Amino acid sequence: MPLTKRRRNDKEVFIVTEEKKASEMIKELMDKHYEDALEAKKNGELVGWAASNFPQELAECMGLVLVYPENHAAAVSAKKASMPFLEYAEGQGYSTDICSYARINLAFKDIKECEALQIPMPDYLLCCNNICDLMVKWYENLAIELNIPLFMLDIPYNTEPTVTPARLEYIKEQFYIIIKQLEEFTGKKFSEERFKEVMEISSASGLAWKRAMSTLTATPSPMNGFEMFTYMGILVCNKARKETTVALNKLAEELEERVKKGETSYKAEEKHRILSEGIACWPFLGHNMKTLMQYGINVVGAIYCDAFAKVYSNLDEMAIAYAEVPNCVNLEREVASRVKIIKDHNVEGMLIHSNRSCKKWDGFMFEMERRIAQETGIATAYFDGDQSDPRVFSKAQYETRIQSFYEVMAQKKAAAAVGEGN
Amino acid sequence: MYTLGIDIGSTSSKAVVMKDGKVIVKKVLVKVGTGTSGPAQLLQNLFEDQEIQQIDIQRTVVTGYGRMSFKEADKQISELSCHARGVHFLFPSARTVIDIGGQDAKALKLNERGMLLNFSMNDKCAAGTGRFLDVMARVLETDIDDMGSLSAQAQTEASISSVCTVFAESEVISHLSRGTRTPDIIAGIHRSVAQRVGMLAHKLGVENDVVMTGGVAQNSGVVKAMAEALKTSVRVSEYPQYTGAIGAAIYAFDEAEKKR
Repeated sequence: MPLTKRRRNDKEVFIVTEEKKASEMIKELMDKHYEDALEAKKNGELVGWAASNFPQELAECMGLVLVYPENHAAAVSAKKASMPFLEYAEGQGYSTDICSYARINLAFKDIKECEALQIPMPDYLLCCNNICDLMVKWYENLAIELNIPLFMLDIPYNTEPTVTPARLEYIKEQFYIIIKQLEEFTGKKFSEERFKEVMEISSASGLAWKRAMSTLTATPSPMNGFEMFTYMGILVCNKARKETTVALNKLAEELEERVKKGETSYKAEEKHRILSEGIACWPFLGHNMKTLMQYGINVVGAIYCDAFAKVYSNLDEMAIAYAEVPNCVNLEREVASRVKIIKDHNVEGMLIHSNRSCKKWDGFMFEMERRIAQETGIATAYFDGDQSDPRVFSKAQYETRIQSFYEVMAQKKAAAAVGEGN
Repeated sequence: MYTLGIDIGSTSSKAVVMKDGKVIVKKVLVKVGTGTSGPAQLLQNLFEDQEIQQIDIQRTVVTGYGRMSFKEADKQISELSCHARGVHFLFPSARTVIDIGGQDAKALKLNERGMLLNFSMNDKCAAGTGRFLDVMARVLETDIDDMGSLSAQAQTEASISSVCTVFAESEVISHLSRGTRTPDIIAGIHRSVAQRVGMLAHKLGVENDVVMTGGVAQNSGVVKAMAEALKTSVRVSEYPQYTGAIGAAIYAFDEAEKKR
């Protein structure tokens, strides 16, 4: 099965092997993703920076090297290294109201060095606005200031319950344009045959992810939900690679095995099962996890369970998959997707990150929460924070909210046990 | 059976002893909160007259911002649950609670059994909290306890931002330099607090009866502004700042009963 080699201390080491745990494979594949990009740049290859929900299959089938600034910013924040970048960007005039991923990346564009995680500078940009509108201005600024081309994929918001034929045509037409533009710019050729293969791999990775995440329906859940936030990086950066499919299927096997044995990596008694809503608060991930664990609260679901798992077999289906990502579908669909997870995963509460960076997500969150609470009757709680800006978050406020959230869930459970409703 | 509820806030510490979870026997307040000598003083003041001895206390529950660092209690419970419980004891018909403390503002939604159904809290910002009023009282050279009665003398309301304490403070200074009357400025400050905190209640859905708790509920001007912001009457107990400690003492009684 060995698929991917990397050099470690001048020895060739296989990353994907039967012997390794999925978590090791995923970590090593992520490390390799960044190492390969740096290496490619050093060797004179063109490197692109891409939005996390840009259809990377288009680039993968042309053998292009991509790095994802959102993933980089999240990793830098989780390593508690975001502040110098945020302060630099603000010094350049970027408001604190702007997405902190954007501020980090716009600062990195100038600083060009990041001890926590180095990435190569881009030669071109692949932007897609399906999950975020601010991204367009962010990438435009990068393109202007670095004087490099920006290839833009505009995916309209779906007010209707499905992607309309006109929108599908509009998106597909842009695929053809971008393929042509990328061929001209990079000198590499798009191949239909390779594209089919890449779609198959990508879909297989998506299915493996879904398979792994479906084990979280078990009680107790076979893993601490915070692990999901780490694992999903591989889907953002590398879903169109065979080794990703292998690693995620290994993850699914391990989780299925744990379910069979009634085992879990959650290191406390799972008293309450929750849905985590919103982007993780990366600078305080450890604190957040420990606080929840103190009350036996485990994350057993998140919209990510499905969001990065795209399954398709042709260009039309791929276009639809990228048009139907969260933040791009109407409120009814946003509600329905969460309600499904809540029901399937036996969720008792929804913890919502009111994330100062993500206006689009926060924008519909309050009404979504109201509808979900009404439909399911689960407890809900908010905490204020930011995906990457540590200044916004307060540990004491978080702890009070979590304790209160726990108390509400415990009371509901106790009331339900004696047959009293709310 | 005597049980003790302690509420260690950011600016004051409160203790309430209850008999059988039904009667308030004794209450003590020290005007300093967590991280100070407040909690220790609280116990000293509570037991110094020997009316009740520490040994008589069957169970102690601590709540408030400083709850984690008070090790003498048998259990710690969040201030949200304790305020809900305390309010239900004082006003069984309460369904919405507004609690404004030193650094927190919160809205709670209760059911008919006093169970906390949902809550909403301020973000990392002092606007709408007791600290906001402290800052304004200092600029106005006014005693915080006089703000309620002063605002009753307002002829009009000065416009004060509800977004940021620092900006609101400079607005107050501008009003003062323009010669705006102090009662009018205070009325504007109360409006600002009510608007800010009222939003938290609106988010949950305001249901009658509405009760205000916390030290700020002693300010009649804020209560009046809150009633206007919520378009309903707002009830306040005789000792709103003790509500959390009362709830904690009742929880302590439940705990003691469970152990029997």
